[in-house]
Amino acid sequence: MRRWLPFEWIAAVRFLLEGRMQSLFIVAGATIGVGVIVFMSAMLEGMTSNMMRRILNSQPHISMVPPDEVARPLRDGDTAVNLGTVQRRTQRTRSIDQWQAVRVDLERNPEITHVAPVVTGSVLASRGVASRSVNAIGIEPDRYFAIIDLPGAIAAGQPRLFAEDVVIGTDLAKELGVEVGDKVRFTAASGTMMTLTISGLFDLGNRFTNLRNVYMALRTGQALLGLIGGSTAIEVTVDDVYAAEDVAKVLQATTGVGADSWIKTNAQFFNVMNIQSISNTTIRLLVGLSVAFGIASVLIVSVVQRSKEIGILRAMGASRGQMLRVFLIQGGVLGLIGSIFGSSLGLVAIWGFHAIARNPDGSEFFPLIIDWWLPVSAAVIATATGVVAAVTPALRAARLDPVVAIRG
Amino acid sequence: MADPVLVLDQVKKSYAVGTAVEVEVLHGLDLRLEQGEFVALIGPSGSGKSTLLNLIGLLDRPSAGRLILHGEDATTLDDSELTRLRGRAIGFVFQYHYLISAFSAVENVAMPMLLDRGFPTDAMFARADELLAQFHLSQWRNQPVMQLSGGQQQRVAIARALAMNPALVLADEPTGNLDTRSADRAFDLMREINETRRTTFLVVTHDPRLARRCDRIVELIDGRFTADRPNVAVREEAV
Ligand SMILES: Nc1ncnc2c1ncn2[C@@H]1O[C@H](COP(=O)(O)OP(=O)(O)OP(=O)(O)O)[C@@H](O)[C@H]1O
Ligand SMILES: [Mg+2]
Repeated sequence: MRRWLPFEWIAAVRFLLEGRMQSLFIVAGATIGVGVIVFMSAMLEGMTSNMMRRILNSQPHISMVPPDEVARPLRDGDTAVNLGTVQRRTQRTRSIDQWQAVRVDLERNPEITHVAPVVTGSVLASRGVASRSVNAIGIEPDRYFAIIDLPGAIAAGQPRLFAEDVVIGTDLAKELGVEVGDKVRFTAASGTMMTLTISGLFDLGNRFTNLRNVYMALRTGQALLGLIGGSTAIEVTVDDVYAAEDVAKVLQATTGVGADSWIKTNAQFFNVMNIQSISNTTIRLLVGLSVAFGIASVLIVSVVQRSKEIGILRAMGASRGQMLRVFLIQGGVLGLIGSIFGSSLGLVAIWGFHAIARNPDGSEFFPLIIDWWLPVSAAVIATATGVVAAVTPALRAARLDPVVAIRG
Repeated sequence: MADPVLVLDQVKKSYAVGTAVEVEVLHGLDLRLEQGEFVALIGPSGSGKSTLLNLIGLLDRPSAGRLILHGEDATTLDDSELTRLRGRAIGFVFQYHYLISAFSAVENVAMPMLLDRGFPTDAMFARADELLAQFHLSQWRNQPVMQLSGGQQQRVAIARALAMNPALVLADEPTGNLDTRSADRAFDLMREINETRRTTFLVVTHDPRLARRCDRIVELIDGRFTADRPNVAVREEAV
């Protein structure tokens, strides 16, 4: 007997050790439960951050765009509004009014980390007989690269953007059958035509982007799209990516320019993530509940089996509180041990799954994100669950009448 | 003369049978136990001996009357005070040993001290070892109690009852489950403790042979004391 341990702890551990088989089975149950929860949580975490990384790889947090060209409703004098005839006007490629002033405003905003004006528009890219509609993006490389890490995504060549240069995606290069150093002709809707040399190929990890986006110098883009001195969008990154939508709303109100956050443009992704996390939480709750019931039933049986021993302990001067704690501790210890084994099991499983599950190209299917809080919170929650599960059996033990227990 | 160890004053006990009916099992008992007495409580089955022992042992409360233990009126104490007083002043021995199977012999003997103090100390184990030695159980010290013989188990249980050096030991048919030899041995030990430490014993027994070895015999029939006499034979022997 350890000299410094309170009676409650000594008795709790002895009782658990004596009921070795029961303890073993319930610890195994808790281990599996916690393992499943840890595995699922790490998996969801990895998947979410992977999706987010993919989205934010090729997209700014907020895009400042010209406000919708709202068709003004026809007014009858200044009283009634004729709502029936309001139609949304077709949107055309146009510059943001006073975009330099807007940019200065944005650069002063403490929540914004980077600002890059761009000019974008649909053009036709062609090489010989092959052609494809693409999104031409004119950028100032130094500013833009702080928002989208194009240099980090270069698969071939260089992220160089002089007047005659263009950087296209690997998938577009395949479609057009071109390589670094080849020339590609771009034709705007207005008929303006330009031949640029491929200086680099990028792979932003997203086939759509790799097919659609074509990067060129800002001035080149302005000339191609017929928007000399203009900017069709100002791309922005913010400190807190999750606050992007709130920041966008404020920016829209203060600048009078439209602001689309990545959260709004990817609403579907967030919907899916939400459903995922709801179902994940439900499963976690149910697994936790079944572990709790398991612990409770084992301890109830233990209280019944030990009722004579509990009775004699009470006769010898054990207080109700002491008996209560002996069983609460057992619940907590079962939960804690289950969580230690369960966390290990879950982490080994996620590690193994990460090693096995690969994309067709051999890259990882999801990043391995294991926060230290995952096993720690699993331990805290499992211990608390065990203690709560032990409340009913512990109360039974505490309320046991020694006279009845000893006679019966 | 010193204060009596125990005074019963018109103690009654009734049980609710069903919802409405109350059955009185003990009908106003008066009793006085002096320090160092070794008293046999005899009576037919169902006469209320165990019920009385539970009241004296503070495991249950009388329906009426007063119970004064060591000058303290137990009927005025709340549950936790009763538990505390019980742990310190009373030792129990039952027909079955009721040892705690998850603990060794020495740990079982130390258990009342552990419960009282809250955590183990060296002094507790020294005291437990002393008792084990006196009961010739030292060699079984670290044995799981379930591996001991019935007689050994009951001796461990008696040692445990004495651990807190209680003023009063209540024994409910302590030898009822033992063969004659083991019963004699257990009884001898209780008498020895009674003589050396002046601990008061109240022993329920159906065995006239053992009752005859007590200082005083109290008889309970149908919840009333019908006889209370000094055992002259023993008194003379002792002189
Ligand atoms: N909890 C209870 N509820 C109702 N009646 C009870 C209860 N406990 C004891 N009794 C009754 O009280 C009476 C005395 O019982 P008790 O156990 O004290 O007898 P006893 O003298 O110890 O008998 P034995 O020698 O067989 O052990 C019995 O008639 C019994 O049925
Ligand atoms: Mg009885």
